[in-house]
Amino acid sequence: MSQQAKPLKILIADDTETDRRILEAIVRREGHEVISVCDGQEAVTAYEREQPDIVLLDALMPRLDGFGAARQIKELAGEELVPIIFLTSLSDTESLVRCLEAGGDDFLSKPYNRVILQAKIKAFNRMREMHQEVQIQRDQIASHNDHLMQEQTVAKQVFDNIAHTGCLDASNVKYLLSPLAVFNGDVIVAAIRPSGSMMVLLGDFTGHGLPAAIGAMPLASSFYGMVQKGFSMVDILREVNQKLKQILPIGVFCCASIVDMNFSKGKIRIWNGGLPDCYLHRSGTGEVEPIRSTHLPLGVLDDSSFKDDCLHFEMEVGDRLYMWSDGIIETRNPKGEMYGEERLQQVFAGNKVPGQVFDDIVNSVHEFAGGERDDDLSLIELTMAEPGQIDGGPRDYSPQRHSGMMEWSMDLELQPSTFRLFDPLPLLLNILVEVPGLRTHSGSLYTILAELYSNALEHGVLGLSSELKHTPEGFAEYYQQRQQRLDTLEEGTVAFSMDHRVLGDGGELILKVTDSGTGFDHQNNIDNPHKRVGYSGRGIPLIRTLCHSLRYIGTGNQVEVVFRWDGDD
Amino acid sequence: MGIQSHVSDDGKELVISIQGRFDFSAHQDFRNSYETLDSQPTRYKVDMNETTYLDSSALGMLLLLRDHAGGNSAEIEIVNCSPDVKKILTISNFEQLFTIE
Repeated sequence: MSQQAKPLKILIADDTETDRRILEAIVRREGHEVISVCDGQEAVTAYEREQPDIVLLDALMPRLDGFGAARQIKELAGEELVPIIFLTSLSDTESLVRCLEAGGDDFLSKPYNRVILQAKIKAFNRMREMHQEVQIQRDQIASHNDHLMQEQTVAKQVFDNIAHTGCLDASNVKYLLSPLAVFNGDVIVAAIRPSGSMMVLLGDFTGHGLPAAIGAMPLASSFYGMVQKGFSMVDILREVNQKLKQILPIGVFCCASIVDMNFSKGKIRIWNGGLPDCYLHRSGTGEVEPIRSTHLPLGVLDDSSFKDDCLHFEMEVGDRLYMWSDGIIETRNPKGEMYGEERLQQVFAGNKVPGQVFDDIVNSVHEFAGGERDDDLSLIELTMAEPGQIDGGPRDYSPQRHSGMMEWSMDLELQPSTFRLFDPLPLLLNILVEVPGLRTHSGSLYTILAELYSNALEHGVLGLSSELKHTPEGFAEYYQQRQQRLDTLEEGTVAFSMDHRVLGDGGELILKVTDSGTGFDHQNNIDNPHKRVGYSGRGIPLIRTLCHSLRYIGTGNQVEVVFRWDGDD
Repeated sequence: MGIQSHVSDDGKELVISIQGRFDFSAHQDFRNSYETLDSQPTRYKVDMNETTYLDSSALGMLLLLRDHAGGNSAEIEIVNCSPDVKKILTISNFEQLFTIE
């Protein structure tokens, strides 16, 4: 085995020439390189120059003895492990102890036993190699840790840049979030909507470190982008959920509560998916209403199965809403017990001054934890305020308010070659949903457009009569004729005219559809509900329930629908 | 767009599944799904799980099916509706004519 091992450089210091020669011979025979000196002083110098792997030191030498040399060599070696083996004719316990105390790792009594010496060299070399390995690994760990800290600092800067636009400094908000909370997976974002209400999201991603932090970036950027543009809470929830579902691996998701606090109406709308109960604290009575999680966390379900129904609560000025991650409840004391929900409820029960609940909770948890600050606590308190009182965050939202399409109009006229090949509805709908407030209503708008278009095309341009649809055979006949007439159509038009205006907190869309047909007796037809026979006539009643108003104009070849939306939706 | 249908083993129930948009372009396939059967089933189920949209002509087609299945004595269930589809059915008061789940 020794032949295969890498040859070592071994320093031998002995003032007795015969002893030295014997030792040199033994060591060389093992294939090692030998550096030979005659006293301790020379040994130290040779050590510095040659950096040997193992040192064999005679205990008693002139100028500097083995003990002194060992001390100096160990000091020079620093973190390196340089095994020192004392060579000694001394055999009393005290001398042998001195050898070890001076920094020696072992001793070998004269006269030398070749086999034992070889075994010791091998053993100490193994130890030296192991030590080197440990040091390399330690240095690697240290350097990886440096990298990680550097990366976290950069990631945190990026996150702070995305999240800084919020209104967490508003006068009605108190919160606790550790500076590196994003790496515990906790995130709080808050912003004022164009309508003046405040939207806040507290999220807790599964896991720790970068994997937990990574989802916070798209969450914050979607949240801030959409809140400022006036998107509804449901739209924002859906967008964040879909984005997280798309990017996060299975098993990583975000427990979250999101609340929209409307100061002018004294109401909140709240959605809780997977966080502990939020508490609504009534300042008048001191009562606490828990708001349970009724949904799955964000990033679990795809958009079609995602549930966006929210709970609504009235709040008096001074009432407070508390949201927290499970860090508080799961805080442990030195005995390993959990803080738990009961202690939290006791804080509320024992409170006399509503304004102090927040501090009471924080103190109670810290006291419980035995004075140690726990980085995993995320807590936010939102107080209902009078409208216009809130001073936090950028106030000037007017440019954002108009960042989507707000006031505009357009006309589109379709002609025969287009009817046959092109469905104009997706195009029109895409334009309409450029108005953020209309996006929530895309389902209704699509139905309105689709019904008006098929009426204009089938009755107006193609001249088909609903009378046909009174019998099952006629129903089929109707659609056969539709296809035939469309295939041979040479003239006729359907024109859409859309006009959108801001109206209070929301807006009004006026949609006119005009066809080239001769119209019909709308007063005696559409406006008479008893006229509905057979399998037709359901489109217009459907539209009426979806919009503000519908009326036919002139001969009946033109219809006008007014659709209104509210910024609060 | 597609209409698929199958009859239960005992021949008593017909399930019609509608994929994509349920509008006039589906009327022929929809009628064929119940008119071309050898024996008339006693129950019908319209599965809207994959139906993305429904217009007023589809409402007419559902009424055609209802009359074919015996009018007021027809047993027709409409199942797995998305919120949008359900809204249109509800606005038109179709829950008075069909069992909607």
